[in-house]
Amino acid sequence: MSQLSTMPKPRRNVELALLLLALAVGIGANMLVGIDRENAFDSDFWFQSGLLAVAALVFHGVLRLRAKYADPVILPLVVALNGIGLAMIHRLDAPGDDTGNNQLRWTLIAMAVAIGVIWFLKDHRILRRFTFISLAASALLLILPLVPGITAGEILGARVWIRLGPMTFQPGEVAKITLAIFFAGYLSSNRDLILLAGRKVGPLQFPRFKDMGPMITAWLVSIGVLIFQRDLGSSILFFGLFIVMIYVATSRISWVVIGLALIAGGGFVAAQVFSHVQLRIDGWLNAFTPEVYDRFPGGSRQIIQGLFGMANGGLMGTGLGQGRPDLVPFANSDMIIASLGEELGLIGLFAVVLMYLLLFTRGFRAALGTRDAFGKLLACGLSFAVALQCFVVIGGVTRLIPLTGLTTPFLAAGGSSLLANWIIVGLLLMISHTARGPVDTTPLPPGKGSEAPGIDTPTEAVKHL
Amino acid sequence: MSDLTITALRFGFLLLLWVLIFSIVSAMRRDLMVGRKAASGAPTQREVRKNPGLAEAAPQPVKQQAHQLVVIEGPLKGTTLPLAASPILLGRAQEATLVLEDDYASGRHARLFPQGSRWFIEDLGSTNGTYLADQQLTRALPVEPGVPVRIGKTVIELRP
Repeated sequence: MSQLSTMPKPRRNVELALLLLALAVGIGANMLVGIDRENAFDSDFWFQSGLLAVAALVFHGVLRLRAKYADPVILPLVVALNGIGLAMIHRLDAPGDDTGNNQLRWTLIAMAVAIGVIWFLKDHRILRRFTFISLAASALLLILPLVPGITAGEILGARVWIRLGPMTFQPGEVAKITLAIFFAGYLSSNRDLILLAGRKVGPLQFPRFKDMGPMITAWLVSIGVLIFQRDLGSSILFFGLFIVMIYVATSRISWVVIGLALIAGGGFVAAQVFSHVQLRIDGWLNAFTPEVYDRFPGGSRQIIQGLFGMANGGLMGTGLGQGRPDLVPFANSDMIIASLGEELGLIGLFAVVLMYLLLFTRGFRAALGTRDAFGKLLACGLSFAVALQCFVVIGGVTRLIPLTGLTTPFLAAGGSSLLANWIIVGLLLMISHTARGPVDTTPLPPGKGSEAPGIDTPTEAVKHL
Repeated sequence: MSDLTITALRFGFLLLLWVLIFSIVSAMRRDLMVGRKAASGAPTQREVRKNPGLAEAAPQPVKQQAHQLVVIEGPLKGTTLPLAASPILLGRAQEATLVLEDDYASGRHARLFPQGSRWFIEDLGSTNGTYLADQQLTRALPVEPGVPVRIGKTVIELRP
């Protein structure tokens, strides 16, 4: 035992070195996009690069103070992705367009909120107390866009925005975090009941309805509201989150079988009943048919233009600022992957996809390392949410699956998505801090009394110290 | 700016992207325990072969206070188990070191592990809890020889 354990290393200096490299990528991208315009190195460029660098370094400083043992590669990965996204959005801005600066503003807000999460929420296990409050909050957040008065109405065929003063906000993005907290809290305390109690039908074991009630309600609420909001992407995201977390908690493959069957059934019914789903599937299968290409709304022009753009980029890409990604509708949000594919080529796009993969593995590493069931489930759920979102978007853009309206995490223009994903990063950093930090096995100091049970309930620790 | 410079910068940026990725992967290498030095800090087989001095340098196992685990109450009463240097899993699961035939114990109920000269017990999120001298465990605590540990209806004790 004692010969195996060494003092855990914070490795913050490694993070600093990687962070400087990540900033070089972000700022380099921003420099390249404007290099052959006359205003390449104007005050805007220095202002934006400086702000991004200062924000990233402040974040690093906060980690040094508050979460010394946090994973050293998560922050550099996210800063690099965010920097590339900022440069691409800035590059796609038409003259007089302000999306780039708006995105920078949201980046700063999102980083500040993530810092706040790390600073004030000293331990992720505190979130377990808010299990059912999170369920209520998720329901509220998902219903908000349907409430008259604050709803921003139907934008681009979906009702997922609310109006906050001059800005619009997508509460569904935050709901994926609160739902993950609820699933993690509920499953970590009821796992044994779901596993053991219940009726066995053939090879599948069905839990008692009583134990599954809140889970089914959570699922119905999210799916129900999303049918009314007509947002196919988020409904896939919530459903995937639900299945993965229940699978991770129970390690029963039957859940995945049931889930895939439900997705197939639900997808079939949705394709028959909802015209917008039908249009999406038609635009995916028959994308190159002229009638489908020209149809409005629901045509495949966007996908096909994106594919042409990526084909134009080829292996090496046209170079940042040299292509014409602006020909694609929504080139800076839904189709930013196609824009990056055109200008950075396959080599650059693979680098971006690999960054997401690394981020995902670090989230799972934190889940493996942490000792409490709640933290394990939360880290799995949050990192899976990011990964599934990437799959749905990149798969849609490359015409592997029908295109749905989800945002590319950290890259796409859109404040709500940026905010939610930075909060996820904050939570993952905190979970990895407890996972990698030293384990306290010293006896309780006398007179302090026992801690409240239930908050610190270690489960089967995968880590054998 | 000339075309040549721009082309060079273009390729330079792609290179920079991959430099970042390879730096990150190499920073993770130690964490994945595939580097020269394993995360445990123990010398690898190869290092020991090359440098026999390392093997002796490994610290001697500390003398343990307790050498035996005895079940003093419950269905398995009278069972004894010698304590070695490895952790012991208690529970109803087949993989447990001591398989408790106790309806009130969880599958993976608790874990006993040595640290220094003492043994520690840690509850693994059991349904009914683990009690060390009538106090429910909320964290890993040291078990002194002769102090009863209750798991469901089973009571165990460490003996020197």
